[in-house]
Amino acid sequence: MISPNLSAIFYLISGVLFILALRGLSSPETSRQGNLLGICGMIIAITVTFLSIGNFSSGIIYVIIFLLIGGLIGAFIAYRIPMTAMPELVAGFHSLVGLAAVFVAISAFLNPAAFNLGSPGNIKIGSLIEMSIGASVGAITFSGSIIAFLKLQGIMSGSPITFKGQHPLNAIILASIIVLIFLLCSTQSNSLFWMLLAVSFLIGFLLIIPIGGADMPVVISMLNSYSGWAAAGIGFTLENTALIITGALVGSSGAILSYIMCKGMNRSFFNVILGGFGATEQSSENQNKEQRPVKSGNADDAAFLMKNASSVIIVPGYGMAVAQAQHALREMVDTLKKNDIKVSYAIHPVAGRMPGHMNVLLAEANVPYDEVYELEEINSDFANADVAFVIGANDVTNPVAKTDPQSPIYGMPVLDVEKCKSVLFVKRSLSPGYAGIDNDLFYKENTLMLFADAKKMTEEITKNL
Amino acid sequence: MEIDPLIFRLSIFILSIFVGYYVVWSVTPSLHTPLMSVTNAISSVIIVGAIIAGLSGNSNNIFNTSSIFGFLAISLAAINIFGGFLVTQRMLAMYKKKKKETKK
Repeated sequence: MISPNLSAIFYLISGVLFILALRGLSSPETSRQGNLLGICGMIIAITVTFLSIGNFSSGIIYVIIFLLIGGLIGAFIAYRIPMTAMPELVAGFHSLVGLAAVFVAISAFLNPAAFNLGSPGNIKIGSLIEMSIGASVGAITFSGSIIAFLKLQGIMSGSPITFKGQHPLNAIILASIIVLIFLLCSTQSNSLFWMLLAVSFLIGFLLIIPIGGADMPVVISMLNSYSGWAAAGIGFTLENTALIITGALVGSSGAILSYIMCKGMNRSFFNVILGGFGATEQSSENQNKEQRPVKSGNADDAAFLMKNASSVIIVPGYGMAVAQAQHALREMVDTLKKNDIKVSYAIHPVAGRMPGHMNVLLAEANVPYDEVYELEEINSDFANADVAFVIGANDVTNPVAKTDPQSPIYGMPVLDVEKCKSVLFVKRSLSPGYAGIDNDLFYKENTLMLFADAKKMTEEITKNL
Repeated sequence: MEIDPLIFRLSIFILSIFVGYYVVWSVTPSLHTPLMSVTNAISSVIIVGAIIAGLSGNSNNIFNTSSIFGFLAISLAAINIFGGFLVTQRMLAMYKKKKKETKK
């Protein structure tokens, strides 16, 4: 058994290692090393916990058994999961962090003596507040992430579910959580604790159902943040520095990502959270517009255009992930490169269903990361490029965001695809994107629509090159 | 009057938020997905609480309500730790730089 002071120092070390793990992600070269530091931090934290308890009763065998069961499941998932399913996986993982926080809080509430927090019915007030906040945020993270998971997996419809009185109802529930925590601290009643958990599960569920599929990047980042705050709450209860540091890191990380995602859509955080984007008024307005002519072409035309180009910019979006077209795309690019055509990739911050989703898919298809550019880096290059190849993206290329102040996406940063000499737009139909508005790009003089499945079209173009 | 230890923990918490803020802004956008999976893995350090909870029973009664929740939490957190770190490793291994001057 090691002294509490020594173990506190080790927890601090593991907290610092976690900071370094995130620091490593500032560039792909240092990232792998960073991940190893994170693993070291975790090993230190777990080992120190064992050593500081020191009471190696027969219970320890079960701890190891449960640890191994979880570890095997986790490792199995990590090796089997396809890269296109990363958003679902991350949402699922968030729900587990949330549930683990809830379970630890329940355990501490039922048996506070084991955590040095007093006795049942007589828990230190400070600890009880921290515990109930941790449990409540954990429960919200859990049920919210489950809904996000179901929506991403397609089990639940991605369209926003709204009903009358939704916002007042949520406000009442949130207020009741605060009241419950207050009452719980004054009465220490068991039933109030369970009620608090039940209400928190409910609000997590209600908060996420009105948010639509393409807003998932914000939701996932937000839940990421919540899982951090839940961990920090439990960290205060357990007086554990590693947990407090990590909770704060993860909490601010998720908050920053949500901010970046909201900015990428030019929407306020509350606008996203309150849900329902352009689904109602906007669509009726568009139906009044007359049919405008579009130019459509086939793989042969596309191949011809690209063969005669000297530079091509590829704009991938969520549709590429759905069609699993990233490998076919890279093969096409390889062929283009053999013909001495310069190819780069342009990625909008909210392309895909989670932050950085497209980058991972391209990396999986062996696209070197230094050919992949962010919006600000590449936007000025469109004017000099010969061909823009839009595959599975839509709203993020819509020039309306720059020209029409009436449009719901007005002011959103978009890729200046229309400035290219010619635009190839791979899409299955002319249907509007998530924002429910027509894309002006479809009707531009220099746009050639390729109506097909992204993967099939890309493969055919490669054949024709 | 002595300062409540809670204040020290609060200081650590607030300062860590700032550290997190600056560290995460320096993360390159192309690594935002690995960032999420690794934050997932490290927030599962909550397993230290789960282990304490799991070992809270005495030798006559290893499984009481409190320790059962602890054991379940251990498994949940372990899924995340192993799953999170391994999937991050798998993703990061895919990020490759352009091969320089392989063939013209």
